[in-house]
Amino acid sequence: MRTAPHVRTALHGAGRLAYLLALPAILLVLWWVLTAQSTSFYFPPLRTILSAFGKTWFSDRLMDDVLPSVLRLAAGYVGAVVLGVAIGVLIGSNRRIRLLAEPVLEFLRAVPPPVLIPVLMLFTGIGDTMKITVIVAGSLWPVLLNTAEGVRAIDDVLADTARSYGLTGAARLRRLVLPSASPQIVTGMRQALSISIILMVISEMFASSSGLGYTIVQFQRGFAVPEMWSGILLLGLLGFLLSLLFGRFEARVLRWHRGWRQAQKGES
Amino acid sequence: MTALLDVCGLRKTYQAADRTVEAVRDLTFGIGDGELACIVGPSGAGKTTLLKCVAGLLAPSGGEVVLEGRPVHGPPENMAVVFQEYGRSLFPWMTVEQNIELPLKQKKVAKRRRGELVAEALESVGLADAGGAYPWQLSGGMQQRVAIARAVAYEPSVLLMDEPFAAVDAQTRAELEDLTRELWQRLGMTVLFVTHDIEEAVYLGQRVLVLSAAPTVIMEDAVIDLPAEREQLATRSDPRFAELRAHIYSLVQQAKTYHDGAEPRS
Ligand SMILES: Nc1ncnc2c1ncn2[C@@H]1O[C@H](COP(=O)(O)OP(=O)(O)O)[C@@H](O)[C@H]1O
Ligand SMILES: [Mg+2]
Repeated sequence: MRTAPHVRTALHGAGRLAYLLALPAILLVLWWVLTAQSTSFYFPPLRTILSAFGKTWFSDRLMDDVLPSVLRLAAGYVGAVVLGVAIGVLIGSNRRIRLLAEPVLEFLRAVPPPVLIPVLMLFTGIGDTMKITVIVAGSLWPVLLNTAEGVRAIDDVLADTARSYGLTGAARLRRLVLPSASPQIVTGMRQALSISIILMVISEMFASSSGLGYTIVQFQRGFAVPEMWSGILLLGLLGFLLSLLFGRFEARVLRWHRGWRQAQKGES
Repeated sequence: MTALLDVCGLRKTYQAADRTVEAVRDLTFGIGDGELACIVGPSGAGKTTLLKCVAGLLAPSGGEVVLEGRPVHGPPENMAVVFQEYGRSLFPWMTVEQNIELPLKQKKVAKRRRGELVAEALESVGLADAGGAYPWQLSGGMQQRVAIARAVAYEPSVLLMDEPFAAVDAQTRAELEDLTRELWQRLGMTVLFVTHDIEEAVYLGQRVLVLSAAPTVIMEDAVIDLPAEREQLATRSDPRFAELRAHIYSLVQQAKTYHDGAEPRS
């Protein structure tokens, strides 16, 4: 008997989900078991952390701390992607600009982004602007450099084809440059995502009055250890969720690329 | 026949950092409206260079290309190019249909008309059912058919083809040659077909221009006086075909050593 296609994809999906969650589940169980008898102040039982989790986060903090963090992350990340793609396209499509910009870019990229925080605080204060700027300034680079590389590597036969059919300006950007560089752009975006999360937290640990990073530091200073751990757990969950979402986005945008690469492997 | 396309004293020298390559020395010829002309020359003779200059994709170092009385400085609107590298000339992120439709969108053809043109073009290259596929899901020969369909749907008055069938198997190649002639006869466009294959040039063309090795000049402009209806077996076994082939073959042999000792290099 054959299974109907939709049942099969559902099963397939369930299988993938099981794979995805197996190791985290095992680790959580281990954590639970190993700390169950713990009397250590710094490593409370997972049981305690989880009960603190609900109380801590399903409260006003959801709107007062989690939401602002997520919004700053979103603004910073989107800013980094837009700016990175824009400058990357510019640098990638012009050899002169590239030669000019390369040393500067290498230098700027090598500056650890958290170092910017004290500097940026001078200019932009300690509000949202500073935090978003830090996220943009730090996550911009992988997007920018990967985009430039992807744009530079556009196939010249494809570029000639586009030109001969009158594809110039905005149409060229939209139909040739961006899709052609999309595999590299997406790679850069993935790296930028994890950097963004890190910078969101760090920027909130400096002078701040709200946010996940701020709250975790507050718990730590007040020796609210289970709450502190629950905050770390929440951050982990947030990162995991975003990575899942990104995976779906990537699969969608780069569907053609997987097929194309496989076809090329088959040929050579 | 008035010349639709005029190439006058065309010269192209590539300037690299450490060396200069004189690819095309001095080319002058005209192609009449509705003609199917083949350009044949050894590998490295500058055929692609010539075609890119004609297509407005490459600026010549000297001389000019004139299309319908106007000098070519950029890609002309009524011209389509089919490249040898079919795998690199179709947009892999677009379906076959989208690939064919894109130049039409760019040309601001109305949506309904675009649909018709795409369907007709696919039909005419025998790929009526492949519209939804991605190029990389197709065989090499089929991909080149898509590239041809895209060119045909564009309704160009001049079609340039740069060794379009050099990378497909012999059977497919014969089919595509016949397809090219059929489309040319049916649509009445002017075709400039570049190849290194002498038999292909003689089989396809009304005229064959023979290029020397680089730096390139035209060695011969031969009229192919074979019947207009060509058929792979019959035409190729025609004694006249053999004569023409032998004639061009000897020219191409000469072409390879054309410059040796001809003049002292300065
Ligand atoms: N972009 C380039 N830069 C330098 N030399 C080139 C370039 N393109 C082609 N050439 C040289 O010009 C000559 C003619 O090349 P091409 O037009 O591709 O010949 P064909 O298409 O007949 O094989 C060759 O010697 C080739 O090496
Ligand atoms: Mg060539």
